[in-house]
Amino acid sequence: MVLLVLFVFFAMTSSAFLKITNLINVARQISMLGIASVGMAFVLLLGGIDLSIGSVVTIVNIGIAWLMVKADVPPVIACTIALVGSTTIGFLNGYIIAKVKMPPLIVTLSSMIMIEGFAYIICKGVPIFGFPKGFAFIGQGYIGPVPFPVIILIFILAIGAYILNKTYFGRYFYAVGGNEEASKLSGINVDRVKYLVYSLSGFFAGIAGIVMLSRTNSGQVTSGKGFEFDVLTAVVLGGVSVNGGFGRISNVVAGVLIIGILSNGLVLLNVSAYIQMVIKGAVLMSAVAFDCIQKNKKTTHAVN
Amino acid sequence: MDTGNVILKLENIIKTYPGVTALDGVTIEINRGEVHAIVGENGAGKSTLIKTCTGAVKPDSGNIIIDSNTFKSLTPKESANQGIAVIYQEFNLVGELSIAENIYLGRALRKGITIDRKKMVEKSRAIFNQFGLDINPEELVRNLTVGYQQIVEIAKAMSQDAKILIMDEPSAPLTNQEVEAMYKIVDRLKEKGVTIIYISHRMNEIFRLSDRVTVMRDGEKIDTLDTSSTDINTLVKLMVGRELNETYPGRDFPIMEDILLEVKDLNGNGLHDINFKIQKGEVLGFAGLIGAGRTELAELIFGIKHAVSGTIYMNGKVLNCKSPKQAIDNGIALVPEDRKKLGAHLDISVRENTSIAILQRISKNSVVDKTKENEIAEYYREFLRIKTPHLEQKVKNLSGGNQQKVIIGKWLASDPDLIILDEPTRGIDVGAKFEIYSLVNSLVSEGKTILMISSEMEEIMGMSDRIIVLSEGRITGEFNKKDFDQEKIMAAASNIER
Repeated sequence: MVLLVLFVFFAMTSSAFLKITNLINVARQISMLGIASVGMAFVLLLGGIDLSIGSVVTIVNIGIAWLMVKADVPPVIACTIALVGSTTIGFLNGYIIAKVKMPPLIVTLSSMIMIEGFAYIICKGVPIFGFPKGFAFIGQGYIGPVPFPVIILIFILAIGAYILNKTYFGRYFYAVGGNEEASKLSGINVDRVKYLVYSLSGFFAGIAGIVMLSRTNSGQVTSGKGFEFDVLTAVVLGGVSVNGGFGRISNVVAGVLIIGILSNGLVLLNVSAYIQMVIKGAVLMSAVAFDCIQKNKKTTHAVN
Repeated sequence: MDTGNVILKLENIIKTYPGVTALDGVTIEINRGEVHAIVGENGAGKSTLIKTCTGAVKPDSGNIIIDSNTFKSLTPKESANQGIAVIYQEFNLVGELSIAENIYLGRALRKGITIDRKKMVEKSRAIFNQFGLDINPEELVRNLTVGYQQIVEIAKAMSQDAKILIMDEPSAPLTNQEVEAMYKIVDRLKEKGVTIIYISHRMNEIFRLSDRVTVMRDGEKIDTLDTSSTDINTLVKLMVGRELNETYPGRDFPIMEDILLEVKDLNGNGLHDINFKIQKGEVLGFAGLIGAGRTELAELIFGIKHAVSGTIYMNGKVLNCKSPKQAIDNGIALVPEDRKKLGAHLDISVRENTSIAILQRISKNSVVDKTKENEIAEYYREFLRIKTPHLEQKVKNLSGGNQQKVIIGKWLASDPDLIILDEPTRGIDVGAKFEIYSLVNSLVSEGKTILMISSEMEEIMGMSDRIIVLSEGRITGEFNKKDFDQEKIMAAASNIER
């Protein structure tokens, strides 16, 4: 419903909004957001959070750029190395969270800072560019009228939905998020679930990073900055509760679209970047507030 | 208005929730200084009724008359101001604070602006002395077991000098010795002129403590009787609308010679030198006071905790469960004591709860076979007679007894050979209790073996073939059915040997 309202609002206030090129642009822009959102949604279902994905995107950007330009590694291999790396980062996050039993907020916040540091070290603060021709296809190519990133997005969304709805370990995400103790007693290996979820978050962030690099065509140290908050906002807007145990991929799509349209529309209306920040922050707070209010309503209605 | 003898009157209270009428025009009069019991099956409306008195719930219509003051509804603060205090089944305690701080939660005793801890500890100790209990008020609440936390809740209400004290299943987690102590407190409160509204499923408590008893069923008040002029059968009949012929269904299945589980020289998790055997088809009861180590023993068998030394054998082979999953794969199931915290996933459906322990078994290539899942959930819904509008209902919306059935269904689905039941009928009404006892019998008839932990003497004597008594981590007694004797079992449970 919010989606509809926003759409109509921008359609009316900006002449550029409804142009096909613009809409395709929006679709392409949200694809990175959407891909990472699937990972973040999994983490939120678990009752956790992953603040490191922005830095993961950055280091994937820098890493692949460096490998391709400075070490002459073919793009495919560079991307593979990057994905293995991002998944490992995710796994390490999950491992520390599960074994040392630390709050996910602190662990992923710390990783975020450390990884950003590594990115600076690799590129020494200087952007890297000059990529092989074929690489640009990922972020800028089309299959028919559809931008390639959108195709990747749809594919990832499908995988995400499949995992949550069909597989047994997808169910475990909900179970552990809803009641970790009871899950343990039901024979679920809670630690392994955590490893899996955070690894997936890292993996999807890695893919998002590859798409971004291919679009911008230069490896920059600022590429992932703030990304995690946009993703978090999209996922919470998409109805996934920060408390864990509740949410669906289909609704996350709506959340992603809302953020995408909001960002795009604000730019078209020439709203200053600073005001955009205020608005985005407000949106995140309202989304989580809405989620909590819903939760409170539910408990007072439960008949005991 | 001349209230005379009546201190609290609820007049024609109606309360509905979406799809459910919790209270359907209920009128009750509570006399000053009496102990008034309220009984009824789960879902009868007892909880909603007391929540109306404490301000946790606002009725749709009706009057609440306290002394000569009439209210359409109360807030918790107004209710407290009117002298109403309540002890709920679910505790309002802060684990990270001490017992004394919890007793004075929100009303900390102060010296100027600093908290007077010494005074709070002193006063708390005085309250516990009334119980005849030696508890250190500086102990952190999170280190207490469920039973002791209940005691802190009772102490909290007592420290507030209530005029009307509402007790909702207060003795549920207490053992017999502590229940006796609690009876004495109720007696003492009565002497002080406190009016007590007492909700319990335990008939013997009703008859020991109450002056009058009100029966509720399906949101209606059925009748109020003088306790001295009625009996258990009449009450039960009014509660369930049918007669119960026996409290414990008979069982006549032969116990097999084969030994299913053998525990040898087990030490760990607070237990010492544990040795026993369970035969196939047996119902082995574990009696003992709170803290005796029964739940701890279950944790060792189920792989939640690891033993320091000793061996467990199942079907002759060494069993070394390092995790609940291994225990489940070996055919052991554990229905835990605290079902809300440990047993059920309240926010997901009956169907999903039922299948959760066996998801991998009903999945092919990681994909859950939803048809099979529905079959299994439907099967257990019928078999266990779980009262739910449909399988997708969230478990938190079911009554306590039905939640317990869902949890049992989950475990039956894993097809265990040994089922450990830890306080299986805690907080469950008479009708549902009987169903669970019958269920235990049908499980035995199918060749399952049961290890039952219970603090209810009658229950454990009525259901077990053999009883082992634990005290302070050691076995202090073993009784065969023909030798069951309440006093002897209690004596073994209270045994403190050093």
